[in-house]
Amino acid sequence: MTARAKIDQTALVTILLRLADDHLILGHRLSEWCGHAPMLEEDLAMPNMALDLIGQARSLYQYAAEAEGEGRTEDDLAYLRREREYLNCLMVERENGDFAHTMLRQFYFAAFMQAFWDGALESADETVAAIAGKAVKEVAYHLRHAGEWVVRLGDGTEESRRRMEQAVDALAPYVDELFEADAVSDAVAEAGIAPDPASLRKSFERTVGAVFAEAGLETQAVPYGQTGGRRGLHGEAMGYLLTELQYMQRTYPGAVW
Amino acid sequence: MATNEIPLWEVFIRPRNGLAHKHCGSVHATDEEMAIQAARDVYTRRGEGTSIWVVPSAAITASDPEHKDENFEPALSKVYRHPTFYKIPDDVGHM
Repeated sequence: MTARAKIDQTALVTILLRLADDHLILGHRLSEWCGHAPMLEEDLAMPNMALDLIGQARSLYQYAAEAEGEGRTEDDLAYLRREREYLNCLMVERENGDFAHTMLRQFYFAAFMQAFWDGALESADETVAAIAGKAVKEVAYHLRHAGEWVVRLGDGTEESRRRMEQAVDALAPYVDELFEADAVSDAVAEAGIAPDPASLRKSFERTVGAVFAEAGLETQAVPYGQTGGRRGLHGEAMGYLLTELQYMQRTYPGAVW
Repeated sequence: MATNEIPLWEVFIRPRNGLAHKHCGSVHATDEEMAIQAARDVYTRRGEGTSIWVVPSAAITASDPEHKDENFEPALSKVYRHPTFYKIPDDVGHM
């Protein structure tokens, strides 16, 4: 019997789905590079990270399905919901763009998740703490790998710098949403299950600041950020992504390996 | 080497403590840190390693294939150099 903090199950399921969807969708995006990366080394590195993310998503979906208690499985949650039921942040669903864009997005997400999992190690919920225990090592590598690329592209050739600066501009409107708090995240934070996203901003900015200083990049402030992902409101790219992601389960319902 | 080419690195992996690092292949990378990461991603995906070395391929001096005969053939006729005439006790482990 695992220890569970007392909390409204709906809030727990919602927060688990938000996290799981972030990881599944970003894992899917990264996996799109497989066979298309600029070099063999990255053709393995990106799917490696994708597999880490999808593995984390599976653990989170399994727990969400269990906590929900309605007989749904991880596959039902991952493959058979409608677009409005996905609760991932908007940054992860964005199209890959070029390699600089993909690496910067990975770096931002890893910088956020490192702070998140660090906090979740002390979770009052044993399952969340166990998932965090595995994820911290994986995310530490993602952060290092993506961070090294941000430095090398930012502080590289004229072209790589231009591309990295374009990525900073393109992703700037999607950063704020990571730290969004609402009644659900408040309830979960109050119960000691997972950190309040808003509280992770300082750590995120420290991580990004150190890498940007080395890369000679500057963060872009935006007047207002994009929002809506946590409530199921997504951009145009999301529908196309789900069409591909869900194809097998929709075409061959119940298909297994 | 053209300056816009990404340098090549030779990769050595040690599978377990107590064993030697073994050459397993090469990777492209802009510098040593990236080379270690590339080696980790390419060569340790199935738990093959506990330690990685990378060496710039350009730093390796190789024997000349044209000297193959004089380098290696003389040893072929000297079977008495093989330690096959001794029994190695099981307790010795890896030699």
